Order: sequence, then C-alpha cells, then structure tokens
Amino acid sequence: MDLRDSPEEAEFRAELRDWLAHALPTLADKPHHTDWPGRREYDTTWQTKLFEAGYAGINWPTEYGGRGSSPTEHLIYLEETERAGAPYVGVNFVGLLHAGPTIAAEGDADQRAAHLPRILRGEEIWCQGFSEPSAGSDLASMRTRATRDGDHYVVNGHKIWTSHAEVADFCELLVRTDPDAPKHRGISWLMMPMDSPGLEIRPLKTLRGSTEFSELFFDDVRIPVSNRIGEENDGWRVTMVTLSFERGTAWVDQIVNSIQLIEDLTKIARTVTSRTGSAWDDRGLRRDIGHIAAEFDGLWALTKRGVSEASTGSGVPGPSASVLKLRYTEARQRLMDLGARVLDRASLSRTDIAGLPNSTWTEERLNSLSYTIAAGTSQIQRNIISERILSMPKER
Amino acid sequence: MFFLPSEDQLDLQRGVRELLAARLPLDRLEDGFDPALWRELTETGVFGLRCDLGLGLTEAALVFEELGRAAVPGPTVGTFLAAGVAEGPVSVLDPHQQPLLVSDLDVCAAILVLDPAGPRVIAPVVGTALAEPLDPLTPLHELAEVPPEVGTRLDVPIDRVRLEGALLTAALSVGLAARLTELAVDYAKQREQFGRPIGSFQAVKHLCADMFVRTELARASLHSAAVMLDDPQAGSAPRAVAGAKQLADEAATTNGRSAVQIHGGMGFTWEVPVHFLLTRAWMLATDFGTADEHAEDLAALL
Repeated sequence: MDLRDSPEEAEFRAELRDWLAHALPTLADKPHHTDWPGRREYDTTWQTKLFEAGYAGINWPTEYGGRGSSPTEHLIYLEETERAGAPYVGVNFVGLLHAGPTIAAEGDADQRAAHLPRILRGEEIWCQGFSEPSAGSDLASMRTRATRDGDHYVVNGHKIWTSHAEVADFCELLVRTDPDAPKHRGISWLMMPMDSPGLEIRPLKTLRGSTEFSELFFDDVRIPVSNRIGEENDGWRVTMVTLSFERGTAWVDQIVNSIQLIEDLTKIARTVTSRTGSAWDDRGLRRDIGHIAAEFDGLWALTKRGVSEASTGSGVPGPSASVLKLRYTEARQRLMDLGARVLDRASLSRTDIAGLPNSTWTEERLNSLSYTIAAGTSQIQRNIISERILSMPKER
Repeated sequence: MFFLPSEDQLDLQRGVRELLAARLPLDRLEDGFDPALWRELTETGVFGLRCDLGLGLTEAALVFEELGRAAVPGPTVGTFLAAGVAEGPVSVLDPHQQPLLVSDLDVCAAILVLDPAGPRVIAPVVGTALAEPLDPLTPLHELAEVPPEVGTRLDVPIDRVRLEGALLTAALSVGLAARLTELAVDYAKQREQFGRPIGSFQAVKHLCADMFVRTELARASLHSAAVMLDDPQAGSAPRAVAGAKQLADEAATTNGRSAVQIHGGMGFTWEVPVHFLLTRAWMLATDFGTADEHAEDLAALL
C-alpha cells in the first residue's frame, strides 16, 4: 500500500498545477446560477482551454481524442483542479461523463466522429432524458414511446429532472420501442437534437428557487433512426455500460471540496461568537468538527482505494461506487448541518452577511438535499449493497 | 499511489485468518485466554512482526484486523508495542484514565505504562480483580496507584506509542466490525419469518448495508493511517490515526448493536456469541483514547 505519487504521477501533478496557475486567472467571473447563457459560456470556455492544453476527456481513450490517463492520473486531475478552485464540468457534465462515453463505447464510426470531438472541445452540450414522472427509482418502467415511421422514430411522452435542458444541443434519450417486451428489454437509446419540433422544455423550480432542471414534453417528435446508439431494444444495456466509466472518481471533487470546507469551518468558528465565547470555544462543536473531518478523511482514503481497484481492472465499479455514494452524500448533508450550527443565525441568510462566508454553506445546505435522491436514492444504494455485495435475497 | 495490499501482505493476513479460523471458532471463544494459542500466535510472528520480521504497521494493521475478527482474548496490542523489550503477554496501563484498570493481569508477563514522561515496561503488580468485567473474556484489575517503578524504558516517544496503540486498537475494531457484519448477514439469510428470509426485508437488509459501509470506511481510514505511520511523507499520521480510531470505534460498536438487533431474541442470549464481540468493541472504544478525545485531537490538527 503506497499513498505517494510515483515519479510519473508527481510530474503530471506538477505540470497540471503549473498550467492551472496560468490558466485560471484568464477566466472571467463566475456567472450567477440563474444566468443560463452565461453559464454555458463560462463552462464551455473553460472546456475549450482544457482541450487546448490536452486535459479534455482526461479519462477518455486516446483513439477518441481523450488523454487516456490512468485512473490515478484522473484522480490527481480532479484533486488538483478542485484545490485550485477551477470550474468543474458544469453544463458539460452529461456530454463528458455519460453521453460521450456511451457514444464512444457503443456508437458507430460516424456517430463518434459527429459528436465526440465537439463534446471534448466544449462545442456541444448534452442533457439527459431518462427519468419520468412515474419512472424514478424504477427507471426501467419508463413509458415514453417511440414508434417507427420509415427512417424516423416518432416520440411521445414526458421526461423529468433534465439538467441543463435550456442550453443543451442534444439529449441522450431513453424511449420504449417495444411495449410488449419485458421492461428492461424494450428500451432504445437515442440522440435527440434539442431543437426538434414537437419538443417542449418546461423549467422546474427547485426548492432553492432555481431552475436547475426541466421537464421535457414530447408531441410527435421525429428523431432519425440513424441517431440510435446500439441496437433497437438494447438501450438498457447500452446505458449500463457507461455507468462504470467513472472508475471510482465520481465524488473526488466534492470530497476534496468538503475537506477544504471543514478546514475553513475551523476558521469561521473562531470568528462567530455566541453566549460563551467563540464557536470554537464550544467543545461539543469542536468534537463534531473533528468527527466530520474523520469521516471525510476516511472517504478520501476510500476513494483512493476504489481508484486503485479500478486501475487493476479487477474492481467491481457498480457496487463499490454505491458504498461511496451512500456514505458521501449523507456525510455532506451532515457537514452542511454542522456548518449551520457554527454559523448560527448567519445560516439564515443565503447571501453573505456580517463578513462571513455563509452563502456557500446555506446554498449548499439546500442543494445537498438532492444528493441522497439523485442518481439512485440512498435506499436504492442500500438495496444494491445488500443484494449485490452481501448477496442478500431480493424483497420479492 | 497504489492503495491496495500487496500479494505478500494478503498472504500474511490470510495465514493468520486461517490459523484463527481453525484454532478459535466462535463457539470456543468462551474459554477465554488460551496460553497454547498465544504461543502459536507468538511463534507465527504476530507480535514480533516489527522487531523480528522487520515489517511495518501496515502489515501489523492487517494482522490485527484478523485478531479482532476472531476476538482473540488477551493483551494483543501491548504485547506488540513492547515486543523486543518484554516477552508477552504485555498488558497496558494508561495513567490518564481513572479508575486505573489493567486487563489480563493474571496472565500477563509485564505491563506497559503509558507514562507521559516516556513509556516504560514493568513487572506485573497486584490489583483488585473486578467481580464482573463488562467483556466477560477480558478480566480487569483495578490498581490503587500508578506503579512508581521505572522498569525498562521504551526507546520510543510516548506520542508515537499512543498513535501506534490507537492504530492497532482500531485494527482490532475493524476486524470485529467485519465479523459482526458477516454474522448478521448470515443469520438474516437463513432465519425465516412470514415465510421468507428476514434478509429479504429492506428494514433488515438496509441495516446490513450500513454495517458493511461503516466497516469499509473504517478499514480504508485504518490502512491510510497505517501507511502514514510507516511513511511520514505519505501524510499526517496523527491526523489519520485520530480519524481511524473514531471510525473504527463507531463501526465496531454500531455494528455490534445492529448484529444483536438482527439476531432478534436470540441476539439477547448468552448462546449466540454476538455479545462477546459487542462488549469487546465497547472495551476497545475506551483503549488508547476515546472517539471524543480523538475527535478533539483531530479538530486541533485541522
């Protein structure tokens, strides 16, 4: 067991740090989260810089224009970019982390050529049309229907939780192409242009008051059959192929960020005063800070373990990713509650007041409520862990 | 960076696991301290891993997970820490902790005193046996005072000994947490109610999933701390150990509770050995610093 960088890893880290130190100051100010055109501009500008420097698609195979880095280099990349305060993937999320890798793994040569370079350069934004109002955790029960009409599919139905729909060029869309087949077998994976006639995008207001995601309504939307990835009715498998693509790195940026926030919290605690002195004088709060620090240092160690497993190629990415997802998302919520305890009344303002950085904590306290729901609820993660790792019997 | 045990490390761990599986099945645990088993463990090199075999705390942590998994009775941590200075078994006395309790006084050959002025090893002293120690397999004696004799000084700073002791105690707890998960999962798969295994119910299987996750997190934290104790350039060992002890205590004690719960009424009986593991976990949670103390230490290091 070795936690130090190899000479090659140290060199990669040093070069990246150097590049970040030069590239970051050239970036414009971060737009407000409600300014969608501004966010697209900001995120894609950064993606273009990454592409020009050779860091785009860090974990994509070189044959598709990626850097082909090892899982460990991918980890270092995410760690260093987060530490430096660089933007995360933002609106490029679905393209870089899901649709792109799916097209790389399952698309044909034309489909790859049409999309992969554009995704890497930040020229093409993707969104995801998977969930439906009645198909959330039970995604495979989705009903949005696609029927063949010559060389087109005609799509009717309703999707929900589509992030970045307002600025996306394409949607990775799961549709039911065979309503009579068992539910996992009648699904196909389509690339849908977001300017398709008959598609209506209706933003959904979150509990934060923002419009992070939208609902999509389909009224005879025509999508060319040539936009299908993989075989007809094989879309479920096509979707699952890509879920292992993150190779243990799914939460690196947020775990690194959490450790930084905990270190910040020790400073904030020294400035917030209460009945008996500063929050830092409160032994109970101090212990809880030390306890949450143990949690996140442990999650960071667990991340390194998962990445090492991925680098041997023998790891089981699905179930062990569930372990990390379950524990991380619940810990992040506890961290935000702890931040609110330290900030006390300043936690009641979503903008900074009294010279405190409370807005970060308050916004994230709200936002983190989604983490234990999105991408497989905590309850589903516990099912996966107990059934696939511990081999416990299914409920029915 | 490659944060997985090597083949050699896994072989070492497997060897100890197999030895203990053969020599100390759970239904034999009640016999308590077994001098013959202790000799075998000593001959295998479990306590002399560092001073005789030149291995590090990474290997020791892997081996101590196995001692924890089998809930081996006896002062394993003190014996490792004092190896090379005293022949085992070696009990531990922490003068900071009141009342002054020492385990296994009847069988130990020496006592390691965690003296703030420097760790020292002394001959066994007289104490008053507790009539009913919480962990029935770990006899405890109360001492009237911290024995003043100097004995033999350990050539290691006290802070280092405390870190190593906390790490090895955490390793025992991680082993307990893993064993408790296995026991609960196995029982939930075979026990039937309402015509099906109780392990099919989410209310039960989710407890098991949490037990597994807790153990994985504590183990990753433990291994990280062990590597840092062996290689200071890998990171801050004091910070990592303070984290590992908290997570390991939490994993073993919470898993112990869950294992009792999942065993239902049988979990409350003497016959099902889960309680031996839970009371051991409760005891270990007081050894080499409580979770509260380590949390405070870690906060101070941020």
